[in-house]
Amino acid sequence: MTTTENINDGASTAVDKDIVLDVQDLNVTFSSEDGPLQAVRGVSYQVRRGEALGIVGESGSGKSVTSMAIMGLLPKTAKVTGSARVLGQELIGLNDAQISKVRGEKIAMIFQDPLTSLNPVYTIGYQIAEAILTHRKVTKQQARERAIELLDKVGIPHPDRRVDQYPHELSGGMRQRVVIAIAMANDPDVIIADEPTTALDVTVQAQVLEALEAARQETGAALVLITHDLGVVAGHVDRVAVMYAGRLVETGTVEDVFYRPRMPYALGLLGSLPRMDEARGEKLTPILGTPPSLLDLPRGCGFAPRCPMAEALCHAEEPVLKEAVDAEETDLHHRHMAACHFGERLVDVRPEDLFHPTSLDAEVPVEAVRAEGTEASAERGREHEASSEVLLSAVDLVKNFPIRSKGILRRKIGEVQAVSGISLELREHETLALVGESGCGKSTTARLLLQLIRQTSGEVTYMGQPLHTLSDAQMRPLRRDLQLVFQDPFASLDPRMTVTDIIAEPMQIHGQGRTAKARVKELLELVGLNPEHGSRYPHEFSGGQRQRIGIARALSLNPKVLILDEPVSALDVSIQAGVINLLEDLQDELGLSYLFVSHDLSVVRHIADRVAVMYLGKVMETGTTEELFAAPAHPYTQALISAIPLPDPVKERTRERIVVTGDVPSPADPPSGCRFRTRCPKFANELDDARRNLCVEEPPELLDRGTGHRDACHYSQVVELI
Amino acid sequence: MSEMQSRIAMSGGGPENPEQPVAKGGDLTQIQIIWRRFRRHRAAMISLVLLALITAFAFLGPLVWQWGHTVNSDIPSNAGPSWDHPFGTTKQGNDVFAQTMRGAQQSLKVAFTVAVLSTVVGATWGAVAGYYRGRVDAIMMRIADIFLIIPLIVAVASINGNVRGGATWYAVALIMCLFSWATIARVVRGVVLSLREQEFIEAARAAGAKASRIIFRHLLPNAAGPIIVAATLLIAVAVLTEAGLSFIGFGIQPPDISLGKMVEGARTAAFTRPWLFYPPGVLIVLICLTINFIGDGLRDALDPRQTMVRR
Repeated sequence: MTTTENINDGASTAVDKDIVLDVQDLNVTFSSEDGPLQAVRGVSYQVRRGEALGIVGESGSGKSVTSMAIMGLLPKTAKVTGSARVLGQELIGLNDAQISKVRGEKIAMIFQDPLTSLNPVYTIGYQIAEAILTHRKVTKQQARERAIELLDKVGIPHPDRRVDQYPHELSGGMRQRVVIAIAMANDPDVIIADEPTTALDVTVQAQVLEALEAARQETGAALVLITHDLGVVAGHVDRVAVMYAGRLVETGTVEDVFYRPRMPYALGLLGSLPRMDEARGEKLTPILGTPPSLLDLPRGCGFAPRCPMAEALCHAEEPVLKEAVDAEETDLHHRHMAACHFGERLVDVRPEDLFHPTSLDAEVPVEAVRAEGTEASAERGREHEASSEVLLSAVDLVKNFPIRSKGILRRKIGEVQAVSGISLELREHETLALVGESGCGKSTTARLLLQLIRQTSGEVTYMGQPLHTLSDAQMRPLRRDLQLVFQDPFASLDPRMTVTDIIAEPMQIHGQGRTAKARVKELLELVGLNPEHGSRYPHEFSGGQRQRIGIARALSLNPKVLILDEPVSALDVSIQAGVINLLEDLQDELGLSYLFVSHDLSVVRHIADRVAVMYLGKVMETGTTEELFAAPAHPYTQALISAIPLPDPVKERTRERIVVTGDVPSPADPPSGCRFRTRCPKFANELDDARRNLCVEEPPELLDRGTGHRDACHYSQVVELI
Repeated sequence: MSEMQSRIAMSGGGPENPEQPVAKGGDLTQIQIIWRRFRRHRAAMISLVLLALITAFAFLGPLVWQWGHTVNSDIPSNAGPSWDHPFGTTKQGNDVFAQTMRGAQQSLKVAFTVAVLSTVVGATWGAVAGYYRGRVDAIMMRIADIFLIIPLIVAVASINGNVRGGATWYAVALIMCLFSWATIARVVRGVVLSLREQEFIEAARAAGAKASRIIFRHLLPNAAGPIIVAATLLIAVAVLTEAGLSFIGFGIQPPDISLGKMVEGARTAAFTRPWLFYPPGVLIVLICLTINFIGDGLRDALDPRQTMVRR
């Protein structure tokens, strides 16, 4: 669509010189076994010098393919039409040699995975210098000096030493900074960052986003930030473009899109996001259904099948990206545009007015009846702590994994202290969340509680019965009560079994095979799937549906406790909301207890009754969700909370932050005393040497220090952050 | 789903997994999808038809052909090809056409027995070793290594000569099995080592599944691709080995006949009476070639990443 061109007027002639990246009517089609796959359809956007544009969308929306097409990185099987100009130079259709001159020099790209985007056999200094030497005529010495300078700018400490290190010697966050340094090496005009922080922990994400910001300031480059995380977009870009099913469906300034969305999809995305800055009781409003197959797109609006206000026109005719009804901006570049026939109806509409807080997937209309019933129970009594009984408890749980030497002897040369002395209690009908960054031992703790791995020391009891002394065979009957739901809905279902077989398997194992068939149908219905689909294979379902199958499997034996290991972190936000609602409904209906393992504090805040924050194998702080989020006392909790980006542009830019530096130390060699002290902002900035000694020498115990809940900090102090 | 698509989905991913649009062929079962992919592999399809013809020739041919493979006084000695004896006759008075059918039958019987038995034993052995890891794995794989390092031909030759009945086709097959299961075991162990780390295995363990259930219900079906491919390649190896053994006189013994034996008998006649030499020789080559192509086709069809259209 070339709408932007058509409505050009006199005011934009001056603007045009400022535009560094101009994409017009870009189309990308792949040929696949099942016919042409239209990954990108008629995408047009422009970016001015120094501006930051965020492109948001769910997986499969074509946001990455667009940028790869611009960079000429798509394989030859992809058919690319349209135009993409950098400083007036056309990029589409250039051959490899021609586009290599542009890449890195004028336009640079940062990829998602810092592990694979650096070459492991060269030093990082060499790799940065290589980028410089390709485009500039400088000596190797000059290139090296520039590399050190760049490393310093992206915030890598001791750049003169780091420059000679290999990628494997750096942590993920450091590596991503090196990638940023390479991207800015030649002062490009445009930097495209494709999910630059998705593979990183939140505290590290904040640091990397800062480095990206620094890179932009330094080079004056325009930034195209591609991400699925609305929070990241809210805080770091000027304009947003929302992509859906290969098209741009809404563009405008962050404020316009976040506060006044004029396309139901954008509104729905905001509604399906659990938020740190809003009341907890309310249910999320998922967008029903799944994005359309790019092989078989609907004739009308791509979002119509999922849209609650779709009408005949929406199914017949695809809306063009046009000026939003209340667009006030006179500058065309910033004008709010939306692709919706009925955008004007969204004025002053909140997500919950349009979308319903249901736990369902679109597929089963029969189920709608049940959903109405559960809506009423949305107001759930969360305070039932005193009366309820402790189901599962752990005392001083320790798990060390041996590190063995290579070779035949495989001597033990060290230990990874994955879990070091965790005590937990999970009560009846309660959700306890275990929160922490990757490598903090939260998943290991979950598996220890299930006795899927054996502890080094400590005790696990279930309803007063010690589990840690049981053999595998003795443990088997108890597994009925304790079930597990996994993170990855793709890896956790056996691809060679039908859905019925998958869900029935636990029942067959426990000798209930005869009644399994009927029960499977019941379960499928319970989790909001069509009971007729039992004979299908997992690959025929979408991610959200697969996760529901995983939940159905876990429920098949009527367990009392569900251990949920990052159950929604692999799902898109619009689908994640439905699964969260489902989990809440199931808890109410079946009286389940959840141990909810997650790294996502906003989800935890939404679903949990109590929270335990873990860091390097230890609990740092624990308390009820209200207490912990309203008055975090431990510096680590405070840092975690302030690192979560809020999907609200104004709040996100103005909030107070507690920033941690550096990366999580290796659990093979944790710091003495308090494990958090090496990154602790309080330790670094506020304490004097005498008081620091205590942190270095003595590990703080998890005690109530007058904050109403327990924390493990010698100098804990409540800070209000939300 | 095309390779491209999944690659894009991965690079664009986010923490969300490649949410691939559900394929139009979503209603097909796994086997139908594999068959559809296999059919596109032209060489494999031609090979499959050819192998079916050879098998029919070897097993059904003797039932309808007028001559047996043994010496018959009605058969003239040293005759050239004719309608009565398409491949001529031997000096002793055998119909070479009948001999070829019998030889092909024996070769195929040996080959398929070896493939099936070795695969069953090897796959189970490898899966158990891979699932338990650690000491069990070390001991089981060292045992497999012993069978791997003894050259097959030497072993078969030395055992055949010293065991009663060592020269019938099933004895040859059994002994060949003894020295070929270990290759399969190795392949399967490797696959299982990576499979066992997948979440669906942990899910089964969390449900309380025993080791046997995990191995036979989850691990082996998921390792089916590499197992089938290794098995087809083993068939080709077995055909060649059997031919080689018979050629040097350690395989199937007269009055029975095998392709290798026929080649040996006719090796001096390659130029003077080529109809004696070429039919068994060409058949050996054909069986091996077709099976290799079928293995190729199966590997491509079973590997979900290999979906590029082949010509």
